[in-house]
Amino acid sequence: MATKEIEVPTSSVLAFDKPDPLGDQQMTLSMGPQHPSTHGVLRLELVLDGETVVSAKPDIGYLHTGIEKTMEKEKWQQVVTVTCRADYLNSMGCDLGYVLAVEKLLGIEVPERAQVLRVLLTELNRLASHLVWYGTHALDMGGMTAFFYAFVQREKILDLYECVSGARLHQSYFRIGGLQSDLPGNFIPLLKDFVDGFPAFLKEANTLVTGNKIFQNRLKGVGRISADDAIAWGLSGPSLRGSGVGWDIRKTEPYTGYEAYDFNVPVYHDGDVWSRYCVRMDEMVESLKIIRQAMDRLKPGPVNSDHPKLKLPPRDLMKQHIDVMIHHFLVASEGFTVPIGEVYFPIESARGELGYYVVSDGKERPWRVRMKAPSFANLQALPKMAEGQLIADVIAIIGSIDIVLGDVDR
Amino acid sequence: MTTTNDQPDKADGTAPIRRGPNQTSRYADASLIRTQFAGTIEDIQEALGEVTVIAKREGVIELMTFLRDEPKLKFDYLSDLSGVDLGEFAEPRFAVAYHLYSLAHNHRLRIKVFLNEDDAHVPTVSGVWPSADWHEREVYDMYGVEFDNHPDPRRILMPADYEGHPLRKDFPIKGY
Repeated sequence: MATKEIEVPTSSVLAFDKPDPLGDQQMTLSMGPQHPSTHGVLRLELVLDGETVVSAKPDIGYLHTGIEKTMEKEKWQQVVTVTCRADYLNSMGCDLGYVLAVEKLLGIEVPERAQVLRVLLTELNRLASHLVWYGTHALDMGGMTAFFYAFVQREKILDLYECVSGARLHQSYFRIGGLQSDLPGNFIPLLKDFVDGFPAFLKEANTLVTGNKIFQNRLKGVGRISADDAIAWGLSGPSLRGSGVGWDIRKTEPYTGYEAYDFNVPVYHDGDVWSRYCVRMDEMVESLKIIRQAMDRLKPGPVNSDHPKLKLPPRDLMKQHIDVMIHHFLVASEGFTVPIGEVYFPIESARGELGYYVVSDGKERPWRVRMKAPSFANLQALPKMAEGQLIADVIAIIGSIDIVLGDVDR
Repeated sequence: MTTTNDQPDKADGTAPIRRGPNQTSRYADASLIRTQFAGTIEDIQEALGEVTVIAKREGVIELMTFLRDEPKLKFDYLSDLSGVDLGEFAEPRFAVAYHLYSLAHNHRLRIKVFLNEDDAHVPTVSGVWPSADWHEREVYDMYGVEFDNHPDPRRILMPADYEGHPLRKDFPIKGY
């Protein structure tokens, strides 16, 4: 049979004499809200010129649950059940900020054992949060193994939390006036096991990931932000310390007795993703130091303040005297009232400056609780870091700011 | 690895654990601005160790620019910008609270601007601190307070076509 003339294309993609149909049009791409690497329900409106990002605008609000509105409905002590749900990776830190703010409004002191335990558990929380950051950052860059190694350690920390408060993630262990209850007997041996085994993990983590040439090439020089820009755009915490600004609220405005502990604040000066990575890896070492010191300082004693607004009176007195019975009834049913006033209490969470602006109208419920969320402020700087970079770099940058969408949206 | 430890090292394991008061934040001396901005500042209050400046909406941008640039104050970091609803029938109804921090001097300041319900707008300070952008969008979204000359005046947390301002006191907790 006769063969037909078939036109064979000269190039498998495009003929070079024809113009590129896309030309230099820019493409708008929606990264998220469903995306494995945005660490939550974050939507980025990317305008792309090929693979280069021309503009990146975050669109948030997918995880908004009305936490601030809920806090106005709960009684003062009940609010601790809601605060931990904002930044769920730094849950004890979120509880701590609120509790400290209300204690300032009330003007009460907490016993020393409670102060030491607060530091210990908050630093454990910082470790747990940085472990998630480390595992997911390496995972985003393509190395899945690191994630599992990090989560083995994190499981030990969550077991510690379950031991002390009954919950792995939303502990609500810190209460106004102290803690929910004293430590159970098996906490300290479990903590010793973890603390002794953690340096070996850090060594492995640095060998696996920090020294990896491919990982370094993906992180170095990416997402630079200068110190002035970082301050102007509201960055705080490890993201700011990666740009050379050594601001740590645990050092500049210490709370819960932090000034009595010996630790350093790592600062790196390049302002890129690599610097922020190094800051957080060093912070894990420092947190372990603080935990060891807190373990040494732990002495037996009460864990709750005996301020009459917070502490129930002794039961035998309550059964004999009517005024003591009234006191018991009011504390147990209505809760306590906080004097009229307002306070802004900043703490150093794993992500940056977590500030609580608490306004009281003298009743048994807060009038206004505003959480200044570090991830909300840090995410604002993302367009500044991501513009001009490639799409793959955007993933690295999101990982380096270490956002938690619960914190961003509340 | 370089580390910065700006505080004097009194941590040798023997310092007592401070029981309270817990906060060690220092607040700036606001009397420096009282005479210069006498037209804008209505009152300077101090409570619980915190200094609050009550300011009028007119002249807010000049006040904020001065607070950022004046060497003795140097408030280069905007910690927080939030709204407060003082009550459905309160007069004034809204307050916008600016929390400023100075990295250089390690001191803070709070500025509050009170607004009536029918006149709830205030000039944007995103020209002074770019980080005010999203905070102001959130105040608009949650309270309905408008920010004049804002670069991107749209809702941020609620969907774009949402009606109502959730954090107002007359907005039900369960929504509509």
